[in-house]
This record gives sequence, structure tokens and C-alpha cells, in this order.
Amino acid sequence: MSPAHVKGRAQPLVLVVEDYQDAREMYAAYLQFSGFDVAEAGNGVEAIEKTHALLPDIVLMDLALPRMDGWEATRRLKNDERTRHIPIVALTGHALAGHAEGAREAGCDAFVTKPCLPDALVAEIKRLLEHHRGKPDHPGEPARAAKSTKRRT
Amino acid sequence: MARAAAPLAPLHGIEADAKLAFVEFLLTSIDVQESSRRAVDWLVAHAPVTEAAVLVAEPLSNDMLLVAEHGVSSGAIMEFALSREDGNHPLIQALASPQPIYIESLQPHHRVPLEARAFHVIPLRAEPTETGHGLLLVAGIGPQMDAETVWLGRTLGKQVSRLLGRQLLAETRFGQERMLLYSIINAVTDPILLTDTEGKLIIANSHAEKLFAAPEEASEGWRRAAALNNMLFSAALSTSAVGMTELARRELLLVDPLEGSDLLFELLSSRAKDERQGTYVVSILRNVTDLARAKEEIEESYRTLRIAQAEVRDERHRLDLIIDSVADPILVTDQEGDIVLMNTPAERLFNAPGVDDEGTLRRVRANGANLTSFVSNVLTRSGEQRYRGEIQLGDPLTGRPLPVEAVAGTILSEQGELMWVVTILHDLTEAIEKARLYEQLKQASVELERKVQEATAELAEQNELLRRQHIELEQASALKSQFLANMSHEFRTPLNAILGYTHMLLNNVTGPVTDPQRKSLTRIDSNSRHLLALINDILDITRIEAGRMPLNATSFGIGELFEEVQAELEPIIKRSNLAVTTKVRGAVPAVRSDRQKVKQIVLNLLSNALKFTPAGSVTMTASYDGRAKQVAIAVRDTGVGIPAADQAKVFEDFRQLDSSPARGYGGTGLGLSICRRLANILGGTIELESMPGQGSTFTLRLPAKGRRR
Repeated sequence: MSPAHVKGRAQPLVLVVEDYQDAREMYAAYLQFSGFDVAEAGNGVEAIEKTHALLPDIVLMDLALPRMDGWEATRRLKNDERTRHIPIVALTGHALAGHAEGAREAGCDAFVTKPCLPDALVAEIKRLLEHHRGKPDHPGEPARAAKSTKRRT
Repeated sequence: MARAAAPLAPLHGIEADAKLAFVEFLLTSIDVQESSRRAVDWLVAHAPVTEAAVLVAEPLSNDMLLVAEHGVSSGAIMEFALSREDGNHPLIQALASPQPIYIESLQPHHRVPLEARAFHVIPLRAEPTETGHGLLLVAGIGPQMDAETVWLGRTLGKQVSRLLGRQLLAETRFGQERMLLYSIINAVTDPILLTDTEGKLIIANSHAEKLFAAPEEASEGWRRAAALNNMLFSAALSTSAVGMTELARRELLLVDPLEGSDLLFELLSSRAKDERQGTYVVSILRNVTDLARAKEEIEESYRTLRIAQAEVRDERHRLDLIIDSVADPILVTDQEGDIVLMNTPAERLFNAPGVDDEGTLRRVRANGANLTSFVSNVLTRSGEQRYRGEIQLGDPLTGRPLPVEAVAGTILSEQGELMWVVTILHDLTEAIEKARLYEQLKQASVELERKVQEATAELAEQNELLRRQHIELEQASALKSQFLANMSHEFRTPLNAILGYTHMLLNNVTGPVTDPQRKSLTRIDSNSRHLLALINDILDITRIEAGRMPLNATSFGIGELFEEVQAELEPIIKRSNLAVTTKVRGAVPAVRSDRQKVKQIVLNLLSNALKFTPAGSVTMTASYDGRAKQVAIAVRDTGVGIPAADQAKVFEDFRQLDSSPARGYGGTGLGLSICRRLANILGGTIELESMPGQGSTFTLRLPAKGRRR
């Protein structure tokens, strides 16, 4: 892991965008526990503001958000020269038809389905950062999302 | 000669009547002998006459003939002969005497027919001045003649004079008539001959002479021809049956003396008898040379005619056969409307041969009348060649109504006159019956159509109702699915936090936990996971039912899939102490399908097998059926097994065979139901073979090339 490749940061900065506070704080706590700097946003508008302000190494974006949903926020970030290179991992609560395609179309680099255990989320973030290392200004093709959910009856 | 001109003496009484009767007789008689005999009879009756005789001078000879007598012996008559040239004979002298002479005795050489010595000789003449034509000799009346004898002498004289004078005239007339007869015979163009029985010529007309008599100056050929003709003629006569009095008819071939050609004659000959000339033969020859030729021609044309007639007869016969073979009645009527020809079917209607039942005859007449009125319609429509109409007839035998269609055509002569009308009748009974049935059928059809329309309308109404209900149900179902999807999302958000925090606590994120705490946290974790599985299953079923299960087809190998599944369930396999093996039998090609769904099914089947197998083994086998192009994945266990009666039930929703083992084994009871639904979505099937206590085999079959849509 190469945690401080942007602006002299010692650890990579993850912006966690999630309207459900318990989940947002849970992911934040676990990410910090796992060695990341964490910033938080509660809606799409805030996510865009904070991304512009902080230029995080990666954005964890819930799709169902108040004020501006995650697809729209992702689309705006990916259409902006200043934020285009930042990988975005979509968090989707239900994998109904269209959600995954919608996320990819909006510009998400990967997506994970909730419920997602914290260590699975951390593993996905680490994988994506590893993939983007060395080409910080050119995010290139979106990384293929790894399936992190394991379901069985 | 008028009666009034006859000079008659005055008459008295009976004498006068007798005289009148006698004179009347004389007037009607034309025969000298007859008159003479009657006169002698009258004289004998009215005068005392002993002997009397009448002598008459024969017109063409000089003999005096005895034509009547009384009291004269037959010997005297036989011996008597007297010529007028015997001028010494007192009787001849008496002819010229102006008065009757009384002779008292004669010299012996002067013969008289009377035996008496004395007698009166009365010359018979009209006037006393002329020479007598005959003599009346009377004996027995004495020397003085009585008045009766004088009257009779005078009356008979006049009669004889009249009759003999006429006879002379007739002789001259006969000669003239004979000449006329000759010219007539000559005028006849046929040769006529009178011959003796041997054929010797007696009389011939000029045409006959030309054939049979060559003139002096004739050529040699002519003479020979004539001689030959005579021979032929004689031969014909001798061989013919001329003996008969009837006309004999035969053919006779002669030679034309001038031309030398053959002439064919018909010979008509008849035998005639003449008292003076004996038997002779009259023959008429009729030239039939041309006739024979004509006859041959006639025979030839007659033969031709016969052949033509036979042909016509054959033709007619054929025509009759054809006409009779037509089942429809055909009739030919003339311009008067009378039937001149009809075939057998027509005869049944208009003739009814051999039937004399009164009803039948009446119906036949009625049919005839109907036909006649139809035909008269045709006749009045001059100019139209065809005429069509309907006639109401009746079956002559049964009286059944027989409607017919009549089609009439007219046959015209070359001059354009209407000669015949040909009428063909076609039985309409069947057609009318068909039309009636057709009408019934049409009505029934209309009725049926109406009913169908009613039913259709009702059905459409119900359909519409159902459609609305269906839409409402679909809407309700979609709402339900949406509700469930939303709910499960809403469930998962807090569950996500529970699982997350539990996980963090167990990972000592918030500091170390004690063992009892860890045990509790582990319980929270497993129950949360169970709840999550339930929610996920409900979500899957909802998606499948809503038809919104997304499919993502890729190609993948079954062996790799097996490894993944086994790895994922590794903790459970370890805990179960079962021998789990995987086998790929033969060459199994890569499968094109939704890898995640297939994995979900196999995971489910394997975890079920692990769950329900207390001891033994679980085997996963992959094989390929090249013919059906199917990949089969079988999961076999040695577990509790499923009774046959319950095998279908295991695929139902929320079904575990026994609620108590379900608790023990865990699971939502939705697994197999979802597996089967997923398999169906992928175009495959899941089958179960099981025996209680022996284990179960679940087999997933998938099309190798993906679902065929």
C-alpha cells in the first residue's frame, strides 16, 4: 500500500458519502482502524463540495442520497477535470436491475452491494487504490468490480 | 222411221189388236229371219194355212234362202235349193211379178219347199213396181187369197225390203270402217300383227311390216333381219302359252332391220276365234328397249335409295338410343303443337303407355295441356331461338307434383319457316328441395352466427373484465414486488449497520472483548446473517416473479465453478465431517449462462446436501449430453432422503419437509424453490431422485449454449 501519494498525505483519504449516519460512522471508524484518513458527507451536494475541497484519494458513494443522488453526484465528478481521476466505489442497497448499469454509466469505477461487511469494503478500496497507483492523473478504464457479497440460504 | 208413217189398214176388234202387236214387233226387229218366222206364226194363227215358207235373196250371192216355214217337212227343207239365176223357175219369175201368183201345179223338176200342189206365191217388196227381195209361199187357203194373207204379205214385204236394204248399206259402211281401222292400227307406234297360230302373217301394221316384211328393193341385211325376226317371233308364239284365251305377256328380242341394233319388245299376244277363219293370234309388240334401260336405272337408284334409307334408319336408331338414354324428357312438337317424337322419359309423362287408370290418364292429359301452352308461348315468340320456362307437371302414376324447367329450341327450315320445337324438361324437384334446404341452412347459419356473436360479445365483455382484473392484479403484484423490494432494502440498511458493528467489535476495533462478550457477539452475527439471507431470498423470489431478475450470460468452466463453490462452503464442509468430492465426467464444454445464478443454484444444492446428510458423502458430478446439448450437474448425498409422495413438495415456497428438522437444519425453506425458478429462467431444469434413508440426487440440467429465446 502506498498511502501518501497525493499532496504529501501520510495516509490515503477516503470520502465516505452515506446519508445513514450509523453506517457512515461505522465505515469511517473501520476505515480509520484499517489505516485510512476519512472524510464524511451526508448527501450528494456535500459530496461534490468535499471532493472539490479535499480531493480525496477515493470516494465511497452511496447511490440513494438526499438533495442529490449518488448517480448524479458521480456524473458531475466524472465530468469535472479536477475530480475525474478520483476513483468512485458505488454502494448500492439493492441490486435490482438497472442499479449496477446505472452506476457504471454514471462513471463509478466499482460497486459493492450492501450489506457489505467493513473488511470486505476495505479490501475493495485497497484493490482499487492499488489499481490506480502510478496513474494519478489518468484514471483510465474503470476497474472491474469484484463481487464482495456472499449469499446463501 | 216413225210409227205414224207406217201405212196401217183399218183395224177391228181382236184382229186389229193382233195386227197392231205384230206391226210393233216388226218395227223393233232388225233380223229378217226373226221377222219372217213371226210373220209365219201370225199367218198360221189368223188364216186356214196348211203350209207356209219364206224365201229371202241373199244379198251377196244369188241363192234364195229359206228363213221361215210352217208345216213343211224337214226333208223338203234339206233338199230345197234355188238360185235367182234360174229364170225358168216359176218362183224366180214370181219375184218380178207385179201380182201374187197362184200356182195350181208345178213341173216335177221345179222344186219348192211345200208339199201341197197348189199354193200362192207372194213377192215380198215395199212397192209393187220393184223386184221382190223374197217370197212368201202359202198353201191351204184356196185359190182366192183372204184379206189377212194379203195384209200380211204386204206388211212382211215392206219389212224385208227395209231390212235387206239396210244390210246392203251396212256392207259398204263396213268397208269404210275397215279402212279406218287400218289407218288407226298404222297410227299406233307399236307393231301389231294378226297371225295364225304358227306365226304366219295375216295382217300387220306398217311398224310390224318394217320388222317382219322386207320390200322388194330391200337390202340383203334387211331381208335377213326380217327373216330372223319372223323366226324369233314364231318361236316366241310356239313356246308361249297362247292356247289360253288370256293375254300372254313375254319379252322378245328382235333386230332393228335398218339399224342392226337389238330391240327389246314386250310381246302381248292373245288368241282369238273366228267362225269363218278359225283360230288366229293378235300380237302387239311394245318397244321396251328404253324402258329396260330406264328400269335398270330405276333399279340402281332404288338400290341407292334403299342404302340411303338403311343409313337413315341406322342414324335414326342411334338418335333414338341417344335421346332415350337422356334421363331428361325430350319432346319434339310440330308447328301445330302436336308431339311428333319423344323419348322414353317423356313418354312416361305424356303418354303413360299401357296404363288405363282414369287418374293417370287425366294427369297425362293435364301434362299435355301444360306442355301445349308452353310450346304455344314458344311459337308466338318468333325470332327467339331459345325459350326457357317452368312448367308444373304431375307424375302420372302417383300424382306427385313435378315442377320442371323447360328449355325449348326451335328448328327452322332452310326457308326460315318454323318446323319443329324441341323441348327438354329438367326435373326441378331436387333443385327446389335443395334450395329449400339451402334456405333452411342459411337461416340456421344466420341464427348460429347471431348466437355466436352474442356469445362472442359476452366473451369479449368477460375478457375485458378479466383483462381489467389482470391489469389490476398485475398492478397489485407489481406494487407488492416494489413494496417488498423497498422493504428488503429498508431492512438491509439497519441490518448492514448491525452486521458492521458486530464485525468491528469481533475484530477488536473498539478494543478487546471478553470471551463471554465474543460469544454473544457471535450469536448476534449469525442471527443477523440469517435474517439477511431471508431478506435476500424474499428479494430474489420477488424479482423472479416480477420478471425483473437480471441475467448476465458469460462462458465459464464447470470445474472452476465447483472449486469456487467448494471453497466458499469450506468451513461448513469441515464442520460436517463428510467426504465431499467433485467429478467432471468426460469432456464437458464451457457453459454459456449466468455464472452467478448457476453458482447460486449449485451452492444451494451443496449446502442442502451437507445440511441433510448426517454421515457419509456428498458427490458433485458434471457431465455433458451431446445429443440434447445439455450440461448436467448432479449433487448426490447419502442423507435422509425424501419419500416419493413428498418429492414434488420440496420445490414449493417456504417448504421444509418437517418443521422440526427445518429448525434443526436451519435455512429459509425458500432455497429449492428459488433454485428451480432460477433454473427455469436459465432454460434448464432441476430433477430429484430420492429414497428415504438412501439419500437424494438433485440434478441441474442447463443448455450448454445458453437459453434459447
